[in-house]
Amino acid sequence: MKFKWTLLSAIFTIAMMLTGCEPLTVLDPKGPQAERQANDIILSAGIMMFIVLVVFGLLAFMLIKYRASKQSKDYEPPHIEGNVIVEAICVGIPVLIVAFLSFVSVQSNYIVEATPKGYEDKEPLVVYASSSNWKWHFSYPEEDIETVNYLYIPTDRPLEFKLYSYGPITSFWIPQLGGQKYAMADMVNTLHLAADVPGEFMGRNANFSGKGFAENTFNVTAMPEDEFDDWVKEVKETAKPLTEEKFNELLEPGHLGQMTFTGTHLEFLPPPEGENGGHNHGSTDSDSHEEHSDSENSEEEHTNHSHH
Amino acid sequence: MEFFERFAVPHPSPAIYASMVAIGLTVIAILAGLTYFKKWGYLWREWLTTVDHKRIGIMYLISALLMLFRGGADAIMMRAQLAVPENQLLDAQHYNEIFTTHGVVMIIFMAMPFIMGLMNFVVPLQIGARDVAFPRLNALSFWLFFMGAMLFNISFVVGGSPDAGWTSYFPLAGTEFSESVGSNYFMIAIQIAGLGTLMTGINFITTILKMRAPGMTLMKMPMFTWSALITNAIIVFAFPVLTVLLAMGTMDRLFATNFFTTDNGGMDMLWANLFWVWGHPEVYILVLPAFGVYSEVISTFARRNLYGYKSMVASMVIISLLSFLVWAHHFFTMGQGALANSIFSITTMAIAVPTGVKIFNWLLTLWKGKIVITTPMLYSILFIPLFTIGGVTGVMLGMSAADYQYHNTMFLVAHFHMVIIPGVVFAMLAGLTYWWPKMFGFMLNEKIGKSAAWTIAISTLVAFMPMFFSGLDGQARRMYTYSESTGFGIWNMISFIGAAGLAIGFALIVYNVYYSVRYSPRNISADPWDARTLEWATHSPVPEYNFANVPQIDSIETFWDSKKKGHIMFKGDYEKIHMPNNSGMPFIMSCIFFAWGFSFVFAMWIPLIITTIGILVCMALRSFEKDHGHYISVEEIEETETKLRGAK
Amino acid sequence: MKIDHSLPLEYSTEENRLKILGFWIFLGAEIMLFATLFASYFVLADRTGSGPAGSEIFELTPVLIETILLLTSSFTIGLGIHAMRIGNKKAMMTFFAVTLLLGLAFLGFEIFEFFHYVHVGAGLQTSAFTAMLLTTLGTHGAHVTFGFFWGLAILLQVKKRGLTPETTNKSFIFSLYWHFLDVVWIFIFSFVYLKGMM
Repeated sequence: MKFKWTLLSAIFTIAMMLTGCEPLTVLDPKGPQAERQANDIILSAGIMMFIVLVVFGLLAFMLIKYRASKQSKDYEPPHIEGNVIVEAICVGIPVLIVAFLSFVSVQSNYIVEATPKGYEDKEPLVVYASSSNWKWHFSYPEEDIETVNYLYIPTDRPLEFKLYSYGPITSFWIPQLGGQKYAMADMVNTLHLAADVPGEFMGRNANFSGKGFAENTFNVTAMPEDEFDDWVKEVKETAKPLTEEKFNELLEPGHLGQMTFTGTHLEFLPPPEGENGGHNHGSTDSDSHEEHSDSENSEEEHTNHSHH
Repeated sequence: MEFFERFAVPHPSPAIYASMVAIGLTVIAILAGLTYFKKWGYLWREWLTTVDHKRIGIMYLISALLMLFRGGADAIMMRAQLAVPENQLLDAQHYNEIFTTHGVVMIIFMAMPFIMGLMNFVVPLQIGARDVAFPRLNALSFWLFFMGAMLFNISFVVGGSPDAGWTSYFPLAGTEFSESVGSNYFMIAIQIAGLGTLMTGINFITTILKMRAPGMTLMKMPMFTWSALITNAIIVFAFPVLTVLLAMGTMDRLFATNFFTTDNGGMDMLWANLFWVWGHPEVYILVLPAFGVYSEVISTFARRNLYGYKSMVASMVIISLLSFLVWAHHFFTMGQGALANSIFSITTMAIAVPTGVKIFNWLLTLWKGKIVITTPMLYSILFIPLFTIGGVTGVMLGMSAADYQYHNTMFLVAHFHMVIIPGVVFAMLAGLTYWWPKMFGFMLNEKIGKSAAWTIAISTLVAFMPMFFSGLDGQARRMYTYSESTGFGIWNMISFIGAAGLAIGFALIVYNVYYSVRYSPRNISADPWDARTLEWATHSPVPEYNFANVPQIDSIETFWDSKKKGHIMFKGDYEKIHMPNNSGMPFIMSCIFFAWGFSFVFAMWIPLIITTIGILVCMALRSFEKDHGHYISVEEIEETETKLRGAK
Repeated sequence: MKIDHSLPLEYSTEENRLKILGFWIFLGAEIMLFATLFASYFVLADRTGSGPAGSEIFELTPVLIETILLLTSSFTIGLGIHAMRIGNKKAMMTFFAVTLLLGLAFLGFEIFEFFHYVHVGAGLQTSAFTAMLLTTLGTHGAHVTFGFFWGLAILLQVKKRGLTPETTNKSFIFSLYWHFLDVVWIFIFSFVYLKGMM
């Protein structure tokens, strides 16, 4: 019965971790969306744990009771075809569980795809988050500033991230604020988040995008709204303007530290939404060709970088 | 020189040079050995040209085991690299290539041939047929798979391996971001192997529908044959999608089309969608035959008929239909909106219902049984709890809103390994051990077999349970390294220990084969497990013609009834038996396919045209060939039967 | 080999029956193949990038001629199989030859059509739409081309070996294939050309 002990200890570890000292990032939410998701996770994990225990229990019972060594030598197992009632129960209970979870799942879908609960009456902060190999560019159109690889956000205000990519599919993810969503080259995705409390959070690209993927992270700092406004003011006073030339330089493959600019790239390189989205991509033809030749040149630069 | 530069590996490392030397030496050793022992003729006559489903099955199994070790080596390297934070063992590029090939090799070139091998060996025997419907096509299927696998495997010493993940999402896998020929290998090698799989699908559906022994209605088929029928139906409907997809990918990479590129109207999500329209049914192509194996094994060693035969069949049919309706759950985070996510969330979780029915039926088969724990049974018993963990986490992943947090993390990796390893690998090992005496006429050692099963099961838990936690802690999959401050170190170290345990477990299996070949007694009966289905009614090893007389079937467990109730299965005298002729054509044609694929990978157009013509010539030759097979005379049958009966 | 004389020649042996069933299953796979192409085509039909849209390049005349040629060939191969069933080898060969010639004519017009597309700036590399259009048409065209040579091989075998269970089986299976290509073309005609021109 060695394996049952292993399984029991595994379950024990799960319980330990869920209640234990340092909470797992995803189960330590700091915003309404992440909280909803964490609740879904705990709820479904609990129900699933119950199912696992039922199966383990049944298996243990069968194995202990009906081992050949426990039976008389001349015992002949009966021929049993199946029983409608028993099988109906085997179908019925899973159907009820799945129906319940489906209900929760559908409800959650509409919640995470909308402005966070409790924030509906506030003006959302719109941030265009675009990825390029292997960086994140955050444009604040309202504030008219842009950052690279770090994100300052106000608490108590809904956040609307507009996601797209200059290159491979990436996935914008701040686990403690909420689940991820893809950033792609030919459309803009919207992700609704909000931060309840100030703090520093990890953010990253979760979708594999090539050599520099592991380091494709960014820092998120949530702060009260007045501090955020101060920061914006400070940036506007101190940071250099973002020129088209500079932005094309930033797009080259490689890693950059944190950077701050005034102005956004949205003005000269509009995101692929509305009339610039989807099929109407002919106009950017020459630009992307340029990008391509850039990526060849900068191959060396990146190799140096990844060994630092 | 310029011509040869393309064949160089773009990111060479000492490990790759070592593999080159090792491959070279192995090839020389095999060639020399064959020459020295004068085995060339034997190899050609008995194996390379064979159309016998049993031998083809065995060749599939050997290839699958070889690929298991190739994929396993990749896995060990990955876990070693991640065992400690900021490890320098592998660089990013090398790591990316390794996890890509690990995925492709394990799914396409290990799990697929494993199920193909068991199906080939077992299905014709279980339905009382002499061979499959199209024996020569069957040989072609095998050789196409084999050449596809070889083409894929040479990638890491010639030209470079694919590095965009086993899903090869565009635009990452396009020429813009993946310039080496690696992804060409992905497109072409899988295409060749996939053609072989599609042919198998057609072949086995025809075989099972048309060649069952008299009296065996569909609802009297053994459960493994049922699972094979449904699996092959999924293959026929899913694999053409892959064919088109890979062709489009190939064109994007080699002919500069714009299907999946970032401009000129290209649509990167189209790749992801089509990939999973094939990819999700593929999961059930792997797992349904495994369920079939478990049904056979559990019923045999519980000494009871399978509980709920009809609901077992119904659940497989429902799973096969649902498998085509869930593909979008692989990218809930693509931004298709709450409504689409809700629909796919519900269909995904719905699959848990028929799967649950199967689990409960197996448990109820144990009920009132007389359970004997043999090695195959041990795998099946261990499968139930482990697979349940894998399965229920699948339901969790099906909750689309929560999936925003699981997606692309180690939680997902843990889930599908906990499904595929107990679900598929355990089943294949159980099936291999179970049918081994039928294949080779001796048993594998039970003691070593059981310790291997325990080692593998416990190591699976140790290797993959920690990933659930590191995933929830924010570790994305496919990261080649992580910093110490993340706190992922401990989870990954435990995983590494588990991976090492798995390596030991598989080494034990190899040792078991060696040990049993040397020491296992050869005087076993044709039915050493006291089993219930038809394949155990003929000799071990099985004669070329399978059954001297065609068996007469009148119940689900006719063989069992013949043992217990004295039902007579084999009636009448021997008659001469018509058998197909061997042919070198499938092997030769597949070799040309290999050259064709190689030319395609390196965009060498003239060899490509020549080999294309070569393939068409082979087809034309086949069309004009007159081949009516041959007959085995009654005297020969009597001789063989007497000899095999005497051997016991 | 047991020959059952109560059945048509192409169904008369066990092997023949297996082959016909197997081929039907293969056609099932072919349906999936073309379904995937159609699905992709519908997805990419509007994604023309900087290239032309379908309505700008489609021309009714060659398409109508192609349609008539292929539909007629489907009819003539039906007549061929009928002739085969009543054992008229000569008539059967004539109808098969006509079928193949019609197929060849179809291919001629299709190649002309492709030249036209490239000429008006709708090449394989122009946009996702043109690539998908040419791939869908090209896959069908490649099937017809393969069918032409396959049919030729069968015609030669019928000529040399007469109407045997084997040759009739091959001819019958070939006719299934040819009808299938016709059905696919009807879908192409309706959903690619007519929809594109509207």
